[in-house]
Amino acid sequence: MSDAVIRVVGLGKSYVTAAGLFPALKGVDLEVRPGEYIAIMGPSGSGKSTFMNLLGCLDQPSMGDYFLAGENVAHLEKDALAQLRNRTLGFVFQGFNLLPRMSLQDNVALPLVYAGVDKETRRRAAREMLARVGLEKYAESRPNQISGGQQQRVAIARALVNKPRLILADEPTGNLDSHTSEEIMRLFGELNGEGITIVLVTHEPDIAEHAKRQVRFLDGQIINDHLTGAAA
Amino acid sequence: MLKAMLSEAWLAMGANRLRTALTMLGMVIGVGAVVIMIAIGQGAQYAVQQTISTMGSNLYIVLSGSFTASGVRSGSAGAPSLNVADAEAMAELDGVANVSPTHQGTRQLVYGSQNWSTQVIGSTPEYLEARAWNIVNGASFGDSDVRSATRVAIIGKTVAENLFGADDPVGKTMRIQQNPFVVIGVLGSKGQNLDGRDQDDTVIIPLTTAQRKVFGTPFLGSVRMIMVQADSAESMPKVEAGITALLRQRHRLREGMPDDFFMRNLSAAAESEAATTRTMSILLGAIASISLLVGGIGIMNIMLVSVTERTREIGIRMAIGARQKDILTQFLLEAVMISFAGCLLGLLLGLGIALGINAFTGMVIVISGSAALVAFAVAATVGIFFGWYPAKKAAQLDPIEALRYQ
Repeated sequence: MSDAVIRVVGLGKSYVTAAGLFPALKGVDLEVRPGEYIAIMGPSGSGKSTFMNLLGCLDQPSMGDYFLAGENVAHLEKDALAQLRNRTLGFVFQGFNLLPRMSLQDNVALPLVYAGVDKETRRRAAREMLARVGLEKYAESRPNQISGGQQQRVAIARALVNKPRLILADEPTGNLDSHTSEEIMRLFGELNGEGITIVLVTHEPDIAEHAKRQVRFLDGQIINDHLTGAAA
Repeated sequence: MLKAMLSEAWLAMGANRLRTALTMLGMVIGVGAVVIMIAIGQGAQYAVQQTISTMGSNLYIVLSGSFTASGVRSGSAGAPSLNVADAEAMAELDGVANVSPTHQGTRQLVYGSQNWSTQVIGSTPEYLEARAWNIVNGASFGDSDVRSATRVAIIGKTVAENLFGADDPVGKTMRIQQNPFVVIGVLGSKGQNLDGRDQDDTVIIPLTTAQRKVFGTPFLGSVRMIMVQADSAESMPKVEAGITALLRQRHRLREGMPDDFFMRNLSAAAESEAATTRTMSILLGAIASISLLVGGIGIMNIMLVSVTERTREIGIRMAIGARQKDILTQFLLEAVMISFAGCLLGLLLGLGIALGINAFTGMVIVISGSAALVAFAVAATVGIFFGWYPAKKAAQLDPIEALRYQ
């Protein structure tokens, strides 16, 4: 079992609210094996975003354990979590989250800055990733000079630049039209084909259909976990 | 990594140029004010020190006392109570570096068709040493001149100009009270003393010549004044006590009788003036530092606004792996860069204005490299100090909250 990319055991998270302790996540067990492509679904308030934040090492659980690539990261300190986000994970957000003042190349290279990689290597890696998502000719452009779909591809290039084992995508097509969404999903499909593990959150069933496995959340618990037609 | 962060800080500064410039302006004015005030303060101190150094350092003047005849009191140096033997005895005292007995008065000088009334000082060669006075043309007289009462004179610059005009005075013969004197040297210029008296308007001749040929003395060897130089500022009180005891003993004054001489500390007035200017320049610097402080608070204010505005950016950076340290460094660097750039401009502005003041008003300005260095150190400190809190605030943001921030 130790070769699982993600293994969570009894993972829970509670928030302190005015009405008292609110359990957003009530003891979830899940295992994700290398090369899997999972869509996490569920209505808002179902705990799927909380779960994603925990998977993404952005937050610390109130209970349970989280083994990321075999290492229990449930109780690591903030800076150690930052290092995991930097080296082991790649993030793709709904709102793209590119830095508007920087060129696309610098945006893609930013994770490498925090990894302490030298400038020339950063430049080469960023170019390579931009080429991978088909946007190398926009390397010197700013985010506001390209379309939303292109921005999301740049964000994916940024997620890939540190060669992570795992890509976490939170509603990656939420801000895109259906045609562009298809393009992005095709890109995720290709990346998964290259062996990268992908976990994405979506509430659109047709987007979730691209994944090989669907996990459905309700009231802080997993109510359904099944393989899709794409798994075959 | 640092290089990448520096260029990012540069980008951030360029993103809102007007705001960056206004923030910097606080530092520019602060540093500029400090530089100008230090330049003016040090200039004033320098000017006072120059004046003090022309008088000679650690000097006491011992004047013979007054006498009273038919109820009329003569004023100091009226009574013939001091003589050369007193001076010789003083020279033996511990802590005394230099003793020069002098006998002076005002006399008319004549050269050719010109004449000029000036202070004539009869003294020994040590007098020039005590007053740190150098000869710019010709030479001084020696002890042999004093022993044989030769008629030689050293003249001050003002006398040289008034009697000899453009001619070289050295080797010329002038008359003091019908006595011919050969000018053997011209003194370097000392300018005005603290009272505004022209120190260059004087003639120095051997003591014995003054006593016998120019002024005459009530007793053989009488002098009006003895100038005593202590070997250091620390030994001055000891020298003062020593001289008082020595003279009272030599003059056979009994317990309870008043001194028949006066002692004046020449340095005291000068020291107090120096202390005043020092206080003034510290005060000026302190007031200017307040504007530096205000400039620093301006930086803090803008950095706080900047952190709030860029909350989402901070969240993104954290999500892709920025540690708290990285965010802290980024914002701290920005604050320090703004403060450094402001400091550099302020330094140039301050220097420009200080030089302008010097050019237009002739006020003495001293610009020291150490002041510039201090200004830079202060700017860095201000940047780090006032940048720390906003940077810390940024670094401690919760990544999820920051990412959600609109």
